[in-house]
Amino acid sequence: MPAKKKLTIQDLAKIREKTKSLMTIREGEGRARVTVHMGTCGIAAGARDIMDALLGEIGKANIQDVIVTTSGCAGLCNAEPMMTVEIKNQPPVKYGQLTPDKLRKIFVQHILGGQMVTDLVLVVGSETVY
Amino acid sequence: MKQYRAHLLVCAGTGCVSCGAFKIKAALEQEVKKRNLQDEIQVVATGCNGFCERGPIVLVQPDGIFYQLLQVEDVPHLVEEHLLKGRPVKKLMYVPPAEKQPVPKMKDIEFFKHQRLIVLRNRGRIDPEKIEEYIAFDGYEALAKALSEMTPQAVIDEILFSGLRGRGGAGFPTGKKWAAAAKEKRSPKYLICNGDEGDPGAFMDRSVLEADPHAVLEGMIIGAKAVGASKGFVYIRHEYPLALKRMEIAIAQARESGLLGQDILGTGFDFDLEIVQGAGAFVSGEESALIASVEGRIAMPRQRPPYPAQRGLWGQPTVINNVETWATVPNIIRRGADWFQGLGTETSKGTKIFALVGKIANTGLVEVPMGISLREIVYGIGGGIPDKRDFKAVQIGGPSGGCLPAKLLDLPVDYESLTAAGAMMGSGGMIVMDDKTCMVDIAKYFLNFLQDESCGKCVSCREGTQRMYEIVKAITEGKGKESDLALLEELAQITKDASMCGLGQTAGNPVLTTLRYFRHEYEAHILDKRCPAGVCKSLIRYVVLAEKCTGCQSCKKACPNDCIKGTLKDIHLIDQSKCIKCGACKEACKFEAIEEQRDEAIQII
Repeated sequence: MPAKKKLTIQDLAKIREKTKSLMTIREGEGRARVTVHMGTCGIAAGARDIMDALLGEIGKANIQDVIVTTSGCAGLCNAEPMMTVEIKNQPPVKYGQLTPDKLRKIFVQHILGGQMVTDLVLVVGSETVY
Repeated sequence: MKQYRAHLLVCAGTGCVSCGAFKIKAALEQEVKKRNLQDEIQVVATGCNGFCERGPIVLVQPDGIFYQLLQVEDVPHLVEEHLLKGRPVKKLMYVPPAEKQPVPKMKDIEFFKHQRLIVLRNRGRIDPEKIEEYIAFDGYEALAKALSEMTPQAVIDEILFSGLRGRGGAGFPTGKKWAAAAKEKRSPKYLICNGDEGDPGAFMDRSVLEADPHAVLEGMIIGAKAVGASKGFVYIRHEYPLALKRMEIAIAQARESGLLGQDILGTGFDFDLEIVQGAGAFVSGEESALIASVEGRIAMPRQRPPYPAQRGLWGQPTVINNVETWATVPNIIRRGADWFQGLGTETSKGTKIFALVGKIANTGLVEVPMGISLREIVYGIGGGIPDKRDFKAVQIGGPSGGCLPAKLLDLPVDYESLTAAGAMMGSGGMIVMDDKTCMVDIAKYFLNFLQDESCGKCVSCREGTQRMYEIVKAITEGKGKESDLALLEELAQITKDASMCGLGQTAGNPVLTTLRYFRHEYEAHILDKRCPAGVCKSLIRYVVLAEKCTGCQSCKKACPNDCIKGTLKDIHLIDQSKCIKCGACKEACKFEAIEEQRDEAIQII
């Protein structure tokens, strides 16, 4: 096995920088939480492609503090595939009838930029939960 | 490393491994692959999560969902529902005792809510076999600081000022120990990590070594710089194979990365470590005995002073600290002594890890701030006593510690309070006992352990523990005399006064504390020939209560020695000459028709 390079203090900081962002997910925190609705209806309507496109974009942008989760049907099956974007301290925003292209727009403008894509928005806020 | 949308953190501490954690991990990996999710979801084996009662455990992040008591058969459903469809699986979540609704998130579970993690901050969060993950959570940052920005004296001052005291039991200020070794002019100097954890029911050190071995290494390298040591030894008992394996991996990784060996982090400082395996003698945990063991001699303590800081390993200045102490050090250097000072009580700073075992709902490993009350640990975190029984006592500090009764439940947990109450901090074993526990029997258990583990060097300890064991054993057999109690107290005191090392000096504690708080139980055994808890077999017998027996034959089927007679729907009878007093019949009876009794007619021969 080739000898690994001995670390210096600067290297240590670099490793930390690089790995820390990959690990923020373990603490359940991030700048944004994106939920792809993957109930039967969502999957049938193409939620899988949306998920792939989203993970692809996150990989390309090389950011690590966006949390991606899945959830079940949001109750508006004709608007699937759907996605909910939650930016810290802002109400959740739901987008519907997504395509990979629409997703890329939302990713750049809303998830990275913090500005919601008004013409694609389905609803802002969430239902009251009893 | 790459980005995943979810991490499945599988607890792989010894407790969960023995419940099949690696099988769960393999099943998860297989299922994730089957669903083609392997690029989105990472399965990670972590160190002990702490909630051992509920293993095998999987924590799903970033959702924070806590799954427990998992079976391999649950895995396909879990992956499909939670990871594919995003619906957390309720039936695999934790349901608190006496409640119906599950608690989905780990942070909301009572057991975790009240803990304060410093030493265990990476437990259940990082893969202990990956140095990058340790570094990601600020690992080796303290080392970089100590090597590049601080003088050795500044490091010692920081530890002194932090108020850190040895976590191995006696509570000697760590900074003072380091300062004493640093003052010595002779070299080489050595460091030792004492991982010879021998208390029955204790597994704090093992869990730290398993969950975060790099934290121990980092603490030791910092300590080496502070006192000027060039070589260190990590002493781990051979009964801890997983801890040994993870420490070996950690040392190899640290060496490869230049964190051990020559010119550490390019600062010109040299230090290296090796592992020494202990053979499992309790007395090896005593520092001078441990040093003898590292040198290849029989683990027998020697007279101190001179202390190891002056004359330790091969006669050279040596700093020996417990696993937990070493693992605390990086946190103090990284976050500052002021921060550490702010936690805990006047004389006991920081946090302490306890292994919470015995008759407690939530068995596991907990880290709590010093000064927390026993009640908060037993009821708040531990969830109280199962099966609706009553709390009777908590045994703290292992065989050297003592049993504290219910009236001391509000005692703050710190070095001084525990010692004043007759127990001691010890390394952190906490055995909870319910009202079905006989305190004389407990004293007998610990005395048997001690007389077995006494190295035999001091007469007072060798003979004292044996004689105390014999007397207490006789009491449990109904052969006790009234004069025994005074004799026991005298023996315990002499063993304490005349023995050289900590083992002998504390060997009387189990007797003294049970006599102090539960004297009436000894008296019941001696005067009435009665065991109030119904434990001591010579003093009880099982009888069938004729008016309650329905003749259902449950007891007859349960009896391992075929000593119950009776046909269906007839009153049953226990043949006392064959009964081995195992109590299986009583447990099997649904009508409370079997009672353990003291009978005046029982002849004690």
